[in-house]
Amino acid sequence: MIVASPKSIPELKEIIQSHQKVLLVGCGTCVTVCLAGGEREVSIMAYALRMARKLASNPVRIEQITIERQCENEFIKDLTAAVDRNEAVVSFACGAGVQALAERFPNKPVYAGLNTQFLGILEEQAVWTEKCMACGDCLLHKFGGICPVTRCAKRMLNGPCGGSQEDHCEVDPDRPCAWQLIYKRLGAIGQLDRMEDIVPPKDWRNAWHAGARKVVRKEHRT
Amino acid sequence: MIQPAQTTGPGAAGEGHDWQPQIIAFCCNFCAYAAADLAGSKRMQYPPNVRIVHTPCTGKIEMEHILDAFEKGADGVLVAGCLEGGCHFLEGNLRAKKRIEHVREILDQVGIGANRLRMVNLSAAEAPTFVRRVQEIVQTVRELGPNPIKNIPAQQEQDEL
Repeated sequence: MIVASPKSIPELKEIIQSHQKVLLVGCGTCVTVCLAGGEREVSIMAYALRMARKLASNPVRIEQITIERQCENEFIKDLTAAVDRNEAVVSFACGAGVQALAERFPNKPVYAGLNTQFLGILEEQAVWTEKCMACGDCLLHKFGGICPVTRCAKRMLNGPCGGSQEDHCEVDPDRPCAWQLIYKRLGAIGQLDRMEDIVPPKDWRNAWHAGARKVVRKEHRT
Repeated sequence: MIQPAQTTGPGAAGEGHDWQPQIIAFCCNFCAYAAADLAGSKRMQYPPNVRIVHTPCTGKIEMEHILDAFEKGADGVLVAGCLEGGCHFLEGNLRAKKRIEHVREILDQVGIGANRLRMVNLSAAEAPTFVRRVQEIVQTVRELGPNPIKNIPAQQEQDEL
C-alpha cells in the first residue's frame, strides 16, 4: 500500500490562495486506508479551508468528490464535469494520482493535497512502516522475506553492520535491526544456511536513479 | 441520528454590548444528556446559551459535526461524555477525546482557536457538574468573544454545492 500523510492546513491554504472555486478530490484506495486522503479526510479539510479562507476575507467555494482510484483513467473520467466547474483541483491521492489528474486535465491546475511517503503496511492502529523501496530487483527470497535494502539504514546485503544495540538499529533506536529480524526469520524457516551465502553487489540499474521507470508487458498488449 | 432535543432559553446570539455566546453541547445519551435532564428536573439554573444536541455516544460524534457547528457560527462547542472507563460502548468517549484533540489542532490552524472547543466527562447523576461545566465554557467563550467567522459577511460562494 502507498502511505501518505496530509499537508498542513496553512500550506494547502497558501497553495490554493489565488483560486475561488476549488475541487478537492479524494482517492478511495491506498490513501483512504492510511487515513490521509479518503472521503472523510477530504471533508474535514474542506471545512478547514473554507473557514480559514473566510477568516482571511478571501472566501473560497469548495466542491469535494472521492473516486475509487485516481491512478486510473477509467475512474478519473467521472470527474470531468466537476473539474470544468472549478478553477483548480487539489488531489488527495499519492503522487501518481496527482499526476494522473494533471495529465487527464491539461488546462487545469492540479495540486497535491498529501505528501506521499512510502510503500508500507499498517503496523498497528494508525502506525505505518516502510517495507519496500520499489528498487526494481527484488532480493527478498534471499533474506527470509525481510528487505535489508529498505529496512536496514545502511542497506547491508551481507550481514549486520555490528552497530545494532539490543536488537535495534544504531541509526534509530526505535527501529528493529533488519539483520536481527532476518537472522531470526531464517532460523524459524530452517534456512539459516543462507546467512553464509555471499550476496553480490546489487543491480541498481532497475532502480529509480536514471529517472522514471516504465513497465511494458508485451503479452498483455493489444 | 442527531436531533436537537432541549432548549434551555432564548440564547440570543446578537453581537455588541449585550452579546451572548451561543454554545452547542453534544451530550451523550447515557450521561450528560441525563445529567442535563436531571438539572432541569431539579430546577438548577444554568446559562441559557447552550443548545443541546442529543447523541447516542460521544464516540458517534464525527469531527465534521463540530467543524460544521463552528462554520455555521457557533461561538463554542462542548462535548460531554461519560467518565473515562464508564462508556456504555466501552471506549466511545476515549475515541471522542482523541478526535476532539485533533479538532482543537485544526481550529488553531484555521484561526478560530482551540479554546472554543472543550470535552468534559461526567456521569448521569452529576447534574451540578453539568451546570458547572456549562457555566465554565460560557465564561471562557464570553472572554474569547464571538466566533470570528461570524464577523465576515456571508458570501454567495460559500453556498454548498
